[in-house]
Amino acid sequence: MSVKPVSTNQPDSFEFTEQNIAWANEQIAKYPADKQASAVIPLLWRAQEQHDGWLPKAAISTVAQMLDMAPIRVTEVATFYSMFNHAPVGKFFVQLCGTTPCLLRGSDELVEVLKKRIGGQNKVSEDGLFSWLEVECLGACANAPMVQINQEYFEDLNAENFTKLLDDLEAGRDVTPGPQNDRSCSTPDGGATSLTDPSLYANDMPSAAVAAMSAQSLSNIAEGSTAFTGNVSASTFVSAEPVLADFGAKDDKANTPTGKQAKDSDGGKPIGLSQARGGKSDDLKRISGVGPKLEETLYSLGIFHFDQIAEWNADNVAWVDEYLSFKGRIDREDWIAQAKEMAQEDARSDDDKGDA
Amino acid sequence: MLSDQDRIFTNLYGLRDSGLKGAKARGSWDGTKAMLEKGEDWIVDEVKASGLRGRGGAGFPTGLKWSFMPKQSDGRPHYLVINADESEPGTCKDREIMRNDPQLLIEGALYASFAMRANAAYIYIRGEFIMERKRLQAAIDEAYAANLIGKDNIHGYPFDLYLHHGAGAYICGEETALLESLEGRKGMPRLKPPFPANVGLYGAPTTVNNVESIAVVPDILRRGGSWFAGLGKPNNAGTKLFSISGHVNNPCNVEEEMGIPLRELLEKHAGGVRGGWDNLLAVIPGGSSVPCVPADQCQDLAMDFDSLLEVKSGLGTAAVIVMDKSTDMIRAIARLAYFYKHESCGQCTPCREGTGWMWRVLERMVKGEADKSEIDMLFDVSKQIEGHTICALGDAAAWPVQGLIRHFRPVIEQRIDEFTKNPNPQGAVKAAE
Repeated sequence: MSVKPVSTNQPDSFEFTEQNIAWANEQIAKYPADKQASAVIPLLWRAQEQHDGWLPKAAISTVAQMLDMAPIRVTEVATFYSMFNHAPVGKFFVQLCGTTPCLLRGSDELVEVLKKRIGGQNKVSEDGLFSWLEVECLGACANAPMVQINQEYFEDLNAENFTKLLDDLEAGRDVTPGPQNDRSCSTPDGGATSLTDPSLYANDMPSAAVAAMSAQSLSNIAEGSTAFTGNVSASTFVSAEPVLADFGAKDDKANTPTGKQAKDSDGGKPIGLSQARGGKSDDLKRISGVGPKLEETLYSLGIFHFDQIAEWNADNVAWVDEYLSFKGRIDREDWIAQAKEMAQEDARSDDDKGDA
Repeated sequence: MLSDQDRIFTNLYGLRDSGLKGAKARGSWDGTKAMLEKGEDWIVDEVKASGLRGRGGAGFPTGLKWSFMPKQSDGRPHYLVINADESEPGTCKDREIMRNDPQLLIEGALYASFAMRANAAYIYIRGEFIMERKRLQAAIDEAYAANLIGKDNIHGYPFDLYLHHGAGAYICGEETALLESLEGRKGMPRLKPPFPANVGLYGAPTTVNNVESIAVVPDILRRGGSWFAGLGKPNNAGTKLFSISGHVNNPCNVEEEMGIPLRELLEKHAGGVRGGWDNLLAVIPGGSSVPCVPADQCQDLAMDFDSLLEVKSGLGTAAVIVMDKSTDMIRAIARLAYFYKHESCGQCTPCREGTGWMWRVLERMVKGEADKSEIDMLFDVSKQIEGHTICALGDAAAWPVQGLIRHFRPVIEQRIDEFTKNPNPQGAVKAAE
């Protein structure tokens, strides 16, 4: 049994999104009539995903109500299974496998990297980006040592490539889930020693050729589509084919037809400039809610000026919101109105200068 | 060495199209209706004739298990439940089936359900396999869309397949704990009898099979039970997925013939033991739950149920954890002891208390901070856990510890001697001047 910290800072209520309620009803329908309690783990898990990776007490009550279960029975389940977190986790929640097969291949090294970078287990780093936990065997032993970050496995790690992985995540760069040494799944690293007879494959296609297709079909699956912020990516499984991280993905790459994950919402991408007008970009940090990091990301999208943001339509807002995994923050903080005001202010001050 | 033509999992490494089209091109869903038309008994008989033994660890004959299901329904539905809660340390084979060869599993689920008169099957996948879950769900959706499965499918036997997931609990790999979990409770094993074949999921007759056991069924039926039985050895038939981890040059999964010599398995597929065969210290041949086998018994060791039983170990899930001479054997086993302490469901006192006790003692033994009499005490306590719990987790926790003491007692004693010689390695605290 393991004991996990429980947050003292609990929200008063929890409600599933409409989309998740529809999803929950589909789940309940998988089980015979009156056996709706079977759906308790999937529903709790979905609640955790919706709630940034941890399960507040209010969500336990909500699920109990939906499934007509006594709250204590749902609490029992929520505290028995180790994947439920009862306190906030980092945007990138690193679960490191420390069981013997990983231990033999050097998981100690990875622990040192995490301790140095993040500190102790179950503590969220100050920037909110990371927290970590040593967990028991994750079932990827032929690719040891490995970690799970949010939904994805990262395998064949060592101190060096693991440090780079964390650097990339922190900087919002693309990362590729799966083996970090370019092999496909659990092929022997020296090259396949079996399944080399070409006659087996006379009529099918290599996986790389269907990667684009499979990425698409994956994106159609409701499962995980509302995964909590910091979802590394809805990847393909073709390790040779790098995939984009939802977080900080560079759009020009998302549009290249190389089998990389295509975004459904690409249509709403705001039109960006290749560089700031007159070589001078606005101080976007003046928008409440935009920090230095976000400003940089916006610049990378070709958004340099307040008037650009002021002209965003609903599609643009939705696109950027999804791109940044913001879940509505742009609307809540009303960036458009803020940007309009600042664009006008700047125009006025320019006029003033002109008058003078 | 097994020829590629005799391999079942032809997309084990995900190098080919894992979708329905690719799977069909590699032979899946071929002649399905004709095989169903041969009847339930024919399917059970072929599986019996194949000599297939359960691939989840216990090695119980699969065909025989199926025949325990009631011949006539008494009004209750029958269920097939597929155990995809792959969590045994060292084991990572079912994951490859589910993400790369999922149609084999789906087709096998149809045959097995048909043979046991079940119209619904649940696959219980471990919670951490999120991407595998998506992949498998996509494959199930594809099979539904092609009307290969479903209430009114082209094969004429109504069959629904549902994917269910856990949320992190090794114990749910135990079949009755899995059923408890699937019913929405804590994963605590049930007392047997009644056995699941009589009272299983929702109180109805249920058979729980491992992913690999089900996924090999389509090939057994298509090529004939005698083909499968002709591979391997008597009573240890067929092909098997081996997960090779630890101190080998190229860790991997590979499908091989049952009974392949350990040395051949490691050298042909995994690039051999790191530093050469003579650098081998020990292997854990069947996942963390089986006792380790020291190098001197590995020379001609065959990888099958019966051969490994002879060296007081087991084939288990055929997850080979290799340890070379740089391994701190006590620490390796102490980490497993921690695993079992962490995963004990807490229902039975010997396991709940015993796993933690064994771990604490072993942690001291790693440093040598123990008394030699405690070695026998540890062995004795492990014997008190073994066989005294509802499920086999107690046994699984005891066996690695027993293996350690059986084969590495001198190492533990030497560590204790070294510690006793110099109990304060930092040096004595000097008095202030």
